[in-house]
Amino acid sequence: MKASLRRLIALTHKEFLELLRDKSSLAMGILMPMMLVFIIGYGVSLDVYHSRIAVVLEDPSPTAHQVVSFVDGSEYFDPVYVTNMQAAERLMDDRKTEAILRVPPTFTRDLYQRQAHLQLILSGIDTTTAMSIQGYVESGIAAWVTRQLNARNIGMVTVDSRVWFNDANSSTWYFMPGLLMLTITIIGVQLTAIVMAREYERGTFESLFVTPVRALELVISKIIPYFCISVIGVTICFVLSRHLFHVPMMGSIGAIIILSMLYLFIAMGTGLIISVITKSQFLACQIALHVSMMPCLMLSGYVFDLRSTPKIVQIVGDILPFSHYLTCLKSLFLAGNIWDVLLKNGALLLVYGLLAVTIAFSMTRKKVE
Amino acid sequence: MMEDQKEMRLKVVFRQVRYMCWKETLATFKDPRFRWILIVPALLMGFLFGYAANFNLENVTYAVLDKSHTKASAALVNHLDGTRFYHRVATLTSDEQIAGPIDSEKAMMVLVIPQDFVDRLGNRQNSPVQIITDGRYTTTSSLVTAYTTRIIMEWVMEETGQDSPLDLQVRTWFNPNQLTRWFFSPGILGIMSFIQVVLLAGLSVAREREEGTFEQLLVTPSSPVVILIGKAFAPILVGLIEAAILFLVGILWFQVPFYGSYFALLMTLLVFFISSAGIGLGISALCQNMQQVQVYSSLYLVPNGVLSGLITPIRNMPEALQLLTYINPLRFALDALRRIYFQGAGLIQVGYNFVPMVLISLVTLSMAGYLFRHNLN
Repeated sequence: MKASLRRLIALTHKEFLELLRDKSSLAMGILMPMMLVFIIGYGVSLDVYHSRIAVVLEDPSPTAHQVVSFVDGSEYFDPVYVTNMQAAERLMDDRKTEAILRVPPTFTRDLYQRQAHLQLILSGIDTTTAMSIQGYVESGIAAWVTRQLNARNIGMVTVDSRVWFNDANSSTWYFMPGLLMLTITIIGVQLTAIVMAREYERGTFESLFVTPVRALELVISKIIPYFCISVIGVTICFVLSRHLFHVPMMGSIGAIIILSMLYLFIAMGTGLIISVITKSQFLACQIALHVSMMPCLMLSGYVFDLRSTPKIVQIVGDILPFSHYLTCLKSLFLAGNIWDVLLKNGALLLVYGLLAVTIAFSMTRKKVE
Repeated sequence: MMEDQKEMRLKVVFRQVRYMCWKETLATFKDPRFRWILIVPALLMGFLFGYAANFNLENVTYAVLDKSHTKASAALVNHLDGTRFYHRVATLTSDEQIAGPIDSEKAMMVLVIPQDFVDRLGNRQNSPVQIITDGRYTTTSSLVTAYTTRIIMEWVMEETGQDSPLDLQVRTWFNPNQLTRWFFSPGILGIMSFIQVVLLAGLSVAREREEGTFEQLLVTPSSPVVILIGKAFAPILVGLIEAAILFLVGILWFQVPFYGSYFALLMTLLVFFISSAGIGLGISALCQNMQQVQVYSSLYLVPNGVLSGLITPIRNMPEALQLLTYINPLRFALDALRRIYFQGAGLIQVGYNFVPMVLISLVTLSMAGYLFRHNLN
């Protein structure tokens, strides 16, 4: 036991030295989380501002102008006034505008007969933007209608919406907690997979037969430095998102640390399994990238809410460990310690963690011995 | 005589290119496991992502707290229940109960109808109803708010016989039902093949470096240009296969419309993949082994995937980050692909996207070619 520990320490020391020599893993551990926080924090926003809208006023009356005046001076719109539909349609074809708001020539007259209409034409190429614009235009017009009715002393039903857990309803807060998941998945799976695959390719394990070192000791010594790198990465991510973007931290930090450790074991275990199966860096790289990057973005509920997908996709999302960690993170950051969410998902993560580590180690031993 | 020599040389170069491409194709495809990796994830993810990439609500779970207990409020709730995608999961009786269904994520929204709902209308005042949504799911939250507001307003107009003095007619060009799955389909095609081409181009050089055969390749009579063409050929081929799989899944399974010409699509993909392979080769020229390629291509791919306009529009980004997207061929490919798919745009209309992609290819490929010769440690 003692001898084993001594060998482990010596091997780990050697691995740390190697890690410092090839700076690329360090770059991954430090640059990746920093870049993610900056880019997702500053660059990604689902809140659509300054949409280009071409306004065609075919009716020159002041009333007509007043109805569409909500586009002026609003942070949601960058309006361009054009004189006719042809010009507006040309802008749309060239993708120089995302929408056309048309006030037909008979607007004011129709309004007296209470059957006026406005036309909103959206470019469906960027469908999500089109949906946002429609929402903004609808609420702008509803506000005008309500004002008109109020002026005639008629009350209207209005909708007062409130968003819990994200007061500003900014998508920045929504994306930040998930960055921990992205960082751990990308670093943990990819680095582990390729580093271990390299040992198989070079035949390190075979040459071990002549030394007192056991396979498991070697694997653990290889993993420890990368474990540390991932921990550094997650810490950077956490600190930056708290201090640069003031993401709230409603739950307990202890729970975040425990769950992140569990998830890190899952990620590294997955990496190990990939390396054992492929035994080739070339293939390990590709599988690791396929497994860690896109599914983690698409099937975890990070960008898309899987509750709006068919049952089968929801089941796949539930089987993958990403979503359970993400659900915990979101609740811990934005809502607080909601115990039934934490316990249920935490227990699942524990099961996945144990499974990943057991499978990884038993496969490694079998393949080597 | 001179002409003959020139012709001879050209013939030799062509033969070199042909053999080089053939060798690379063999080297890439000889491992049957690679052929699996090429096809199975593409198919699987084509289906899974095709379903997952969706910003349309298909099922709204909600809870209701009706404090007014009037005919009108009951009718409103009934109206919501009657719509196809609203499913009531709880009927609450007090304010304290609101937290439950939201916290546990059982309900996407809680509708609160205040006590004086009808009285206020009788007094000719505006009467607010409240919608509470879950900010942990921002997109769902905004969508639920917008949908519900729209439904309630329509109901009110109908119910009160108070036909609105004006009516907004909405038409959406290119995608009349605003199906976001359509919008994401060419995006998924773009990003998946982008990842594949960049990584593969990077790895193929690094693999030969580690095996020591790259030096051998450099001492053959082939010029660096021929080696580059060979090294870019296999990844581009793989990219085209992957794109074809994803294209077919999108068109046949998800019935995404395709109004453009196949020629424009093929040319766009070709230029896109050449620039992607250029980036992969550029990365590999700076790397000594596969681990470095893996790290640096990840460091390139992750931010560029995010900043490509795949999910959020580029116009929404700060100026500085918008500038950064000019070194990102995916950004231009996505714009071209979407216009070809939905607008039926031809080569000329999407041509402006080719300029940056060609520039990226020229810079990265010449850098890679130079470094191959001059960076032999």
